[in-house]
Amino acid sequence: MRPMTKIERVLPIVNTVGARSFIIPQLSFPSLPMTDLTINGVKHTHNGDAAMPLLWFIRDEVGMTGTKFGCGVAQCGACTVHLDGQPIRSCVTPVSVAAGKNITTIEGTATDKVGAAVQASWRKLDVVQCGYCQSGQIMSAVALLAKNKAPTDSDIDSAMGGNVCRCATYVRIRAAIHDAATALA
Amino acid sequence: MGIMKRITGNDSKASSSTPLINVSRRSFLQGSGGLAIGVCLGPVACSSKDAGTAATVASNIPAFEPNAFIRIGADNSVTVIAKHLEMGQGTFTGLATLAAEELDADWSQVSVEAAPADVTKYKNNLLGGQGTGGSTAMADSHEPMRKAGATARAMLVSAAAAEWKVPAAEITVSKGTIRHAASKKEASFGQMADKAAKQPVPTDVVLKDPKNFTLIGSQTATRKDSAAKTNGTAKFTQDVKLDGMLIAVLAHAPNFGSTIKSFDDSKARAVAGVVDVIRVDAVPGVNRAAVAVLAKNTWVAKQGRDALVVEWEEAEAFKLSSAEIFKQFHELSAKPGLVAGTRGDTAVALKKPAKLLEASYEFPYLAHAAMEPLNCVIHYTGDSCQIWNGEQFQTFDQAAAAATLGLKPEQVSITQLYAGGSFGRRASSKSDFIVEAATLAKAAYAKGVKAPLKMVWTREDDMRGGYYRPAFVHAIKAGLDKDGKLVGWQQRIVGQSIAKGTALEPYMVHEGIDHTSVEGTSDTRYDIANLQVELHSVDYKLPVLWWRSVGHTHTAYAVETMMDELAHAAGKDPVEFRRALLEKQPRHLAVLELAAAKADWGKPLAPITGMKRGRGIAVHESFNTFVAEVAEVSIDADGMLKVDRVVCAVDCGLAINPDVIKAQMEGGIGFGLAAILHSEITFDQGKVVQGNFGEYPMLRINEMPVIEVHLVASAEKPTGVGEPGVPPIGPAVANAVFAATAKRIRKLPFGDQLSA
Repeated sequence: MRPMTKIERVLPIVNTVGARSFIIPQLSFPSLPMTDLTINGVKHTHNGDAAMPLLWFIRDEVGMTGTKFGCGVAQCGACTVHLDGQPIRSCVTPVSVAAGKNITTIEGTATDKVGAAVQASWRKLDVVQCGYCQSGQIMSAVALLAKNKAPTDSDIDSAMGGNVCRCATYVRIRAAIHDAATALA
Repeated sequence: MGIMKRITGNDSKASSSTPLINVSRRSFLQGSGGLAIGVCLGPVACSSKDAGTAATVASNIPAFEPNAFIRIGADNSVTVIAKHLEMGQGTFTGLATLAAEELDADWSQVSVEAAPADVTKYKNNLLGGQGTGGSTAMADSHEPMRKAGATARAMLVSAAAAEWKVPAAEITVSKGTIRHAASKKEASFGQMADKAAKQPVPTDVVLKDPKNFTLIGSQTATRKDSAAKTNGTAKFTQDVKLDGMLIAVLAHAPNFGSTIKSFDDSKARAVAGVVDVIRVDAVPGVNRAAVAVLAKNTWVAKQGRDALVVEWEEAEAFKLSSAEIFKQFHELSAKPGLVAGTRGDTAVALKKPAKLLEASYEFPYLAHAAMEPLNCVIHYTGDSCQIWNGEQFQTFDQAAAAATLGLKPEQVSITQLYAGGSFGRRASSKSDFIVEAATLAKAAYAKGVKAPLKMVWTREDDMRGGYYRPAFVHAIKAGLDKDGKLVGWQQRIVGQSIAKGTALEPYMVHEGIDHTSVEGTSDTRYDIANLQVELHSVDYKLPVLWWRSVGHTHTAYAVETMMDELAHAAGKDPVEFRRALLEKQPRHLAVLELAAAKADWGKPLAPITGMKRGRGIAVHESFNTFVAEVAEVSIDADGMLKVDRVVCAVDCGLAINPDVIKAQMEGGIGFGLAAILHSEITFDQGKVVQGNFGEYPMLRINEMPVIEVHLVASAEKPTGVGEPGVPPIGPAVANAVFAATAKRIRKLPFGDQLSA
């Protein structure tokens, strides 16, 4: 049987940060011949299925591979990018939804003051292990600190609960977010 | 020991010599001494700017390469060649620390590069072939890597002595600078590299006295992969992009042992962008039968895959359901099994003890569920094959790919990339996903598809792909005398062997006993005069594999929770009860006492309103590393469990990178918690029920306890840390739950058992 813990009662909320609002039946999207997308300030044009998740446009078409494929169903957060500053799961966000919005990926986050501070804290505390989930973790952390300058542990749980780290680097993720908040203060 | 070499009979000279390897060998060989071997060792680059090795590819031509592990460039770069896979456990950092310590390099000038598949240079002497596993990297490499560094240093010093015409004994090296104090001469490694390459290679070098270590044991040696894994540039297999490469997404047989009856690919081929559809037959017992859709991008390939209609032949398939499996296991546990270990006379001791405790335990199948779903990039050209992979078992995989393709192992080159986790899965005992990729590449080539292929498994493919931690049932009977002394222990263990039916069977299974099924029980260090461990190995058409800490994942839980039950039945403190049984085991005792002291064992926990609180302890040795953990838990009125804090004490011998060790304990605890709280692979008529993280929940940040790690100072040889943090956390938490609620959890995962 599926375990039922307190934790999971929380997950349906935190686990769909940025995802639920973008789960739209693909059939409702007529294929568009061209979709204009702005990624890290650079314009790209997608020629093809407008229902294709943004993740695959970023990775396979643009060739930026910092954004990761982990689950394909918005349950792990490895694919997290920002859409007009909001963290979203790019694996379930059709390119059509991202059209006309500013998309930021891990490759574009170092130029942002908060992004640079978060990355510096990540390096300082040697947060990473296998590293595969960390782009998504960092994108969620940057979005949190952009709107909350002094997050509590509870704020961190809410904002980061949708990002899975199988190596369980969570102790250091939490410490690095606090460290970055201090550095930015 | 020697396993892989004996199995493959292969000491191949494969050099991974792709046309793109650096071409500097000739100039180097002319000037360098005897240790250098006439094979390219340089960065194995991919045939596209988008792909790369796991580590930074040195931009310069190396000037000095004294051995297979170190390269020093004229630009003053020091590149350490890592023969072990970096999958998160920090091995690149550990290997670099060892070499840089003896080289007296500055930490900032050191980078790490993955070694190519070449067992002649990069054999893991504890595994017998090139590979990573069993928490062996530091144990295997600490001396060779230090010698490699010391050799390079000696040659740099000789070169400086000759250049400056001063005695070598007067030259010092510190943080990458070679100095002669009297003449005030100094040089960087880069400046001296060309000349060092012309020096004879010393046959014997003296290693440092540990009291002179500057990097080993220090906080200076930070992780070498932090920067790349923080800015998105670290390259995993999933990130490889080669010119003309096609993506393959596969429809796998839902049951293990099924074959393809027929398939209709008309709808798949109608998806815009689909290039071809390839039948991938299974090697029985190795991989699942599949039909692959090839396309220019992953999304299109997946759309094509989803449009396939495949009819499977299931006559020979695995068709059991979980309830039937555990029913069989429990029935077997009531019968005597093969004796895996025995001391004294357990039958007599358990005839009439003052107290007899009996318990049975259930452990489910578990998926590794690394964050990077399995994948493999392969380019087969008819007479050669290149593989890019988070490569954990080079010697096995090279041989398996070669056999599948009808090539010699040396015709298969492997570029090792970072693995986005593995936990054992990428060290496949049957090279299953490598065989699948090679079968696919061969079939595609035969149909005229000459492009490199990236085989991508979806999360569901990965979770349903088998090679699980096998399920187990344990049945324990243990007796106490009237003074509460443990007088007898009988343990029956039932489950699948991870070695049986693999090429490892002759080396891992002795007289019917797969040691990994019973490790931590028959070899327990507890002083139990009468002990008998019996094993029933069950044969199913269901592939099983090692999973981070292997047999200890279940044996530590059964032994350490029963030990807690016995302590309570004896009316003794669980730490005191264990201490009495570990009197002759100083390293166990040291971690037990350190963890207990740091956790304030014996003092009451601070109350939390509305919560039952408890503290539990467990101690376990695995992979020659000793770990004790104390867990503090809270349980609310609804039975919701929170692990608040874990105090961990570890003795892994000489601590090479203390912060990496702490990180591995933290991660091991989190990994173990996910398993005991949530994880379970179940079967419905042979089909795996769980497919994604919704049904196979991961531990999330809100469930992660506060963790304190304490290291036991030790001068013993270093042992591994990737796995040993895992085994004690389950029983420590279970014992804490008992302390809080008086409930014993003997069936994993915990699930909702505390709500009942």
